[in-house]
Amino acid sequence: MSAQGPAGGHVASHTHYRRFDRADRLLHGFLMFSFLGLAFTGLPLLFSHEPWAATLARFFGGFESAGLIHRVCAVVMITVFVIHLGRISRRIFGQKDLGMLWGPNSMVPQPRDFFEMVAHIRWFVGLGPQPRFDHFTYWEKFDYWAVFWGMGIIGGSGLVLWFPELFAYVLPGWMFNIATVVHGEEALLAVGFIFTIHFFNGHLRPEKFPMDSVIFTGRVTVKEMEEERPDELERLTRTGRIDELASAAAPRWVYRLGRTAGAIAVTLGLLMVALILFALLT
Amino acid sequence: MMRLLLRCCVVLAVVATASVAAAAPQKPGAPARPSNDDCLACHGDAGAVRADGRPVAVAPETFAGSIHGLGGLSCVDCHTDLAAAVEYPHAEKLPPAQCASCHDAAVAAYDTGVHAQARGAGGNLSAAACADCHGSHDITPSADPASRTHHARLLETCGRCHGDESVIKRGKIEIGNVVDLFRDSIHGKALIKSGLSVAPTCSDCHGSHDIRRKTDPASKVFRNTIPGTCSSCHEGIGREYWESVHGTQVAKGSPLAPVCTNCHTAHDIRRSDVEGWRLDVIKECGTCHEHSLETYRDTFHGQVTALGYARVASCADCHGAHNVFPKADPRSMVSDANRVATCQQCHAGATPSFAKFDPHADPENRERNPLLFYTAQFMKMLLLGVFSFFGLHTALWLGRGMQQKAAGQWRRRKGTDSTEDGE
Repeated sequence: MSAQGPAGGHVASHTHYRRFDRADRLLHGFLMFSFLGLAFTGLPLLFSHEPWAATLARFFGGFESAGLIHRVCAVVMITVFVIHLGRISRRIFGQKDLGMLWGPNSMVPQPRDFFEMVAHIRWFVGLGPQPRFDHFTYWEKFDYWAVFWGMGIIGGSGLVLWFPELFAYVLPGWMFNIATVVHGEEALLAVGFIFTIHFFNGHLRPEKFPMDSVIFTGRVTVKEMEEERPDELERLTRTGRIDELASAAAPRWVYRLGRTAGAIAVTLGLLMVALILFALLT
Repeated sequence: MMRLLLRCCVVLAVVATASVAAAAPQKPGAPARPSNDDCLACHGDAGAVRADGRPVAVAPETFAGSIHGLGGLSCVDCHTDLAAAVEYPHAEKLPPAQCASCHDAAVAAYDTGVHAQARGAGGNLSAAACADCHGSHDITPSADPASRTHHARLLETCGRCHGDESVIKRGKIEIGNVVDLFRDSIHGKALIKSGLSVAPTCSDCHGSHDIRRKTDPASKVFRNTIPGTCSSCHEGIGREYWESVHGTQVAKGSPLAPVCTNCHTAHDIRRSDVEGWRLDVIKECGTCHEHSLETYRDTFHGQVTALGYARVASCADCHGAHNVFPKADPRSMVSDANRVATCQQCHAGATPSFAKFDPHADPENRERNPLLFYTAQFMKMLLLGVFSFFGLHTALWLGRGMQQKAAGQWRRRKGTDSTEDGE
């Protein structure tokens, strides 16, 4: 089980550890709101037979206006993706940081993730202790790769549908049929996953409820680190890197901003889920 | 005006013949025919009423201005049973004026129609007889703008019954208030608002005296006769339609292929370039082409129109409206030869490769869209897999998390209790 009480072994002159840098937080912020924009302007088409869909389309100023917002959000999201890819490449190729490809700081799935997943599920049903997670857990990696795959699939098919005449030079027209299905189904997967599973894993589960502000502040408390990522804490303490990450709490305005943005996103997301469920169940 | 004059001449000729006949020497001993002055001695009094209070007055100047008055007809030419009346006042209940004594062709036509049937077999006295449409003592030729049956006034005349809810209810008129519908239609607006003499009024489609039920094969509005009736004005469209897959079927007597009114309706015909109509007609095509509508709704075109915007392609944009042909027919807009040009109406840069898009692709049809079929199956499995696994994962985690939280709170409370116990 996780350690209780004050952390031992290192100087506890701080209350927080840094987890995400400013660029990651900003990119996540842009990702979040472009995703909401895409979901709210795209789903009316996918559920065009629903009464709420027409209302939503009208709310965005009609299908042409909704389409424009959808494309603007798409450009923002693609930009976020490209910047992210650039940052990763720089770390791998520029800084020769091969830890990005394997090890605790890598998003690449590793055997450890599989064993932790099994152990975690065993813990759910009372068959074992809670696993001692490191920097990235298996569900965080799944979230990451789900979005990564989604970006490629939805982004790619979206561009095909945006510029069909251009893509017809290299693709046969029936690929637009495939792109339509893939774009819609994958969007449904993304929206359904982010607004339920990701929200739960990140914010709504009892340990975090109502929300975890780490993605906005970039910092976790010492206590969270001890309880949730004891292996990371231990590793960082052992290698002496822990002091580099020690920090104070984020300024109050950052918390406020994070809570506000998070509350808006969760509310809108759950509203979208409710609309989808209403459509699927009626 | 020429028509009016011409008709007056005809009427005058007929009346003259009748008068000559009437003026023929009468058999000695036969009672004299009462003159108009004899009748007006009583009926000319504006306050003349029957015993039951119903007015029976005839304004002399009204009759004098009517086509019959101008033609010099006498009262008893129509009220024939009084020609030999001897005692005055005559019996209160008289048979109706006998229009057939002159207008035998019109009355014969009327007798085949829905109004006569309703009155006769149906015993429905709400149904119109001659005077209900033409008036009685004030009848003027239909070419006269003041006539009840003038082109511009006929709607109002038919509307006295077909636009009056109480008559519709009393007369059990199944079709309902068609006059109200017609007023808002493109024909109605052209007729009433624009005052177009070429705009159709009721009789242009239904006929005048021989108005028959639409189920009657002899009716001008019988299903398979409708395209002919409409083409009497819409000649060019009629020609296109009769050549189309729908028109050729109707010509063969098909009871299913659509005629004009299936898409355009009968009385509330709208402009075909307004958004509402463009959206509604899609559903109309879908009443027969159900599966095509379903697959259309899966495409961007179908989704946008379902949301209520008509700026994207709907059925007629690709298939044509009146000139619909099977895909294999080279005349078809979606035939191999014409498809690219059809796409180019909106997608200026469309190429043969572009036109390989299937606007009615069916993800469940492996033969027609194999790759789409497998893609859709894969996506279905992916969604099912992800949501099943993480649904369960989340549910279990939630249970454990709640339990953990409850246990933590319980431990804390128990801790406080034990301190108190230790005192």
